[in-house]
Amino acid sequence: MSEKELGKKWDRCLADGAIKFGTGLGLGIVLSVLFFKRHTWPISFGSGAGLGMAYANCQNDLRSHYMLHRSEKEQ
Amino acid sequence: MLRACLRGANATARTNLRGTRPNNLQQCRHYTAGESSGGAAKVVVAGLLTVGGGVGGTIIYAKWDHKFRAAVEKNVPYSDRLLGLAWGPLPQDGRPSVQKQVEVAQPPSMMEKQMKASKSKSEKKAKETTESPAAESAPVPPVQSLEEECTECHHHDDSAAPVAESPVTEPLKERPVEEVSARLAKQDQEEQDVIAAVSVSLEESLASSAKSTLQAIGAQEAALQAVIRHTLKLKEAMEAEAPPQEKSAQWKDLETSLAERNSAVNDAAAALTKANVALDSLKSVIDESKGLKVSAVRPVVLAAEENLHNMVVDLDKAVTKVQTAESEAKIVSQYSELVNEAKLQFQKEVSSLTPEIQANWKSLTGKLSPDDLNALIAHAHRRIDQLNRELAEQRVREQIHIDAALEQQKLEDQKALEKAVSTSLQHVKEEARLEQERKLTELREVMEAEMRTQLRRQAAAHTDHVQDVLKVQEAELRSEADQVLGSKLLEQETRYRQLSQEQLDNFTLDMNSAYARLKGMEEAIDSHVIAEEEARKAHQLWLSVEALSYTLKTADTNAPSVPLEVAAQAVRDNCSDNDFALALSSAFPQESLQRGVYSEASLRARFNSLRSLARRVALIDESHNSLYQYFLSYLQAALLFENKHEAPPTQLSSEDLDPFKLLSYASYCLEHGDLELAAKLVNQLRGEARRVVEDWLTEARLTLETRQVINLLSAYANAVGLGTTQAP
Repeated sequence: MSEKELGKKWDRCLADGAIKFGTGLGLGIVLSVLFFKRHTWPISFGSGAGLGMAYANCQNDLRSHYMLHRSEKEQ
Repeated sequence: MLRACLRGANATARTNLRGTRPNNLQQCRHYTAGESSGGAAKVVVAGLLTVGGGVGGTIIYAKWDHKFRAAVEKNVPYSDRLLGLAWGPLPQDGRPSVQKQVEVAQPPSMMEKQMKASKSKSEKKAKETTESPAAESAPVPPVQSLEEECTECHHHDDSAAPVAESPVTEPLKERPVEEVSARLAKQDQEEQDVIAAVSVSLEESLASSAKSTLQAIGAQEAALQAVIRHTLKLKEAMEAEAPPQEKSAQWKDLETSLAERNSAVNDAAAALTKANVALDSLKSVIDESKGLKVSAVRPVVLAAEENLHNMVVDLDKAVTKVQTAESEAKIVSQYSELVNEAKLQFQKEVSSLTPEIQANWKSLTGKLSPDDLNALIAHAHRRIDQLNRELAEQRVREQIHIDAALEQQKLEDQKALEKAVSTSLQHVKEEARLEQERKLTELREVMEAEMRTQLRRQAAAHTDHVQDVLKVQEAELRSEADQVLGSKLLEQETRYRQLSQEQLDNFTLDMNSAYARLKGMEEAIDSHVIAEEEARKAHQLWLSVEALSYTLKTADTNAPSVPLEVAAQAVRDNCSDNDFALALSSAFPQESLQRGVYSEASLRARFNSLRSLARRVALIDESHNSLYQYFLSYLQAALLFENKHEAPPTQLSSEDLDPFKLLSYASYCLEHGDLELAAKLVNQLRGEARRVVEDWLTEARLTLETRQVINLLSAYANAVGLGTTQAP
């Protein structure tokens, strides 16, 4: 069912976003505690990076139908 | 830069005392403001200069290059006004006009040259042709007539040449034969007349002159004879010692002969003058006749001239003879005179010496006294002495006298020689001229004969050509006639064949119709049997199609119907001999046969859930598909309100292709049971919305296809059934 595709994509997006955000946040906390003297900026950096990556992934996923892959292009 | 400056100022203010802060700030502000104001002015000035330079440059270049100007006027609005103000309107046809003028100037000059060339050519031709008639001075009559015509034509041509540019041809029209022959005859007649007249006149004058010449010659001869006789007689009289009676008779004879001579000489002179007059008249007549242009007269004229010449020659000869005789006679007469003189003198002397003898009658007896005789003898002796002396003297003077006489003779001889030479020269000249004239006439005759042969040849060639042309024409006419005959024959044949064919056709038509009727009857009987069979089959088909359509109804909501395979197979079995039904029954889509189709109600329900999704992704397509666009699309779907159901128009315009409108049209159609139109409308969706409804669309298509096939089959079965069931 083609109408269910979009819903699936959104689910993936959210899950991916949550994971990346969480991972980024965790990594940020770790780095902040270990190397950056408990500054807040690594935390915000990590979570931001995670969110950004999730955003990019989500956008790519949503766009994937419209983008030509290199293999298709060569064909 | 300003911020950096401010931060720097703040930092310094924090480190410095609080009091100096406003000053620094102010200084900074002034400094920065001044700096910025100076920089701004420079920039503004530079910008103005560039713009002004650019505009001026374009204007000046536009004046120089027209194409650039046209491009600028096309691309930059209102530039044409500016450029027009500066340099005047764009010259459209500056250069081409000059070129056209040059071209226009050339053709007239060329035409003039052509005219001049043609004119000079025609003039040259005219000159040549006018010269040629002048050169051909031999006036053979037909040639002459042609020449006259030629000269006339060329006069016309010369007048017409400057007007027309057509080539100068001699418009020699071929006159009709009768006219030519009439002209020729007339000309001949004229010539004959002229010749006759001339010959008559010539003959007359010739005759008269001949007569007079003969007379003159005769007279001259007579005179000659008389002179000769006279001289002879004189000589005789001088020399002969005849008795006195004969002497006196002789002297009388002499006198008579002298008288004769004189008369003869006078007659001769008169006749000579008459002859000269006649000859002069003849000469004038000859000259007159020479002046005529008729050539046939020439030989006659020539003969007359020859005759004249001969006469002149004879006359001159006679005259010379007479003159020689006269000169001789002169000598003899002189001699006789001398002798007479001597005699007289002697007698005088004798008489002076012997006067008595004279007076004396004694002398009659002839007896003289001795005194007289002595006196005579003495006288004679004296005379002899005197004569001897004279002789001696004469001998001495002999040479001188001889020389003088020789001189005289020489002079006379020379005169005579000159005269003879001149006369002979004249004669020779005359002869040469006559010879030339004779030769000329001969040549003319030869030329005429040649011309005649050439003309004869031309006539022969013409007749040959005419014969050839006639032959060719005959052949052509014959072939034409044959052609016509052949075509007519062909026509007749075809008509005959047509008629026979028609008869045959009619007969076969009748036969065929009878046969067909028979066949028809047989077929009708057979078809009845067949029709019953067909009816049975149709019933079966109809039943199977009904079963098929019933299977459609087995579809639930959200579940497809049973696979249509079995029912379709049943239909196929029942219509094994019918191609149309077979084709239709095999036109089912595979999905419907294997899996079955959804009902309309389920599709409707599904559509309603799809609709909201399609609304939400309405803005997304190939170019707009970022997350931000998704956000916007969702926002739009939330904020936009449209009719739930809207009746679609009969024709979709471009604004109806908005997804929201399309969805409301489609839902309206679905509500009213028009799945087809709904599918068409949904088909107009583009982009992500289209991707979302793709599956629904395929399902709808399947359903529609199956339903269409089943409808066709049932319609067909109904039709077949109707067709086979006939009213009794």
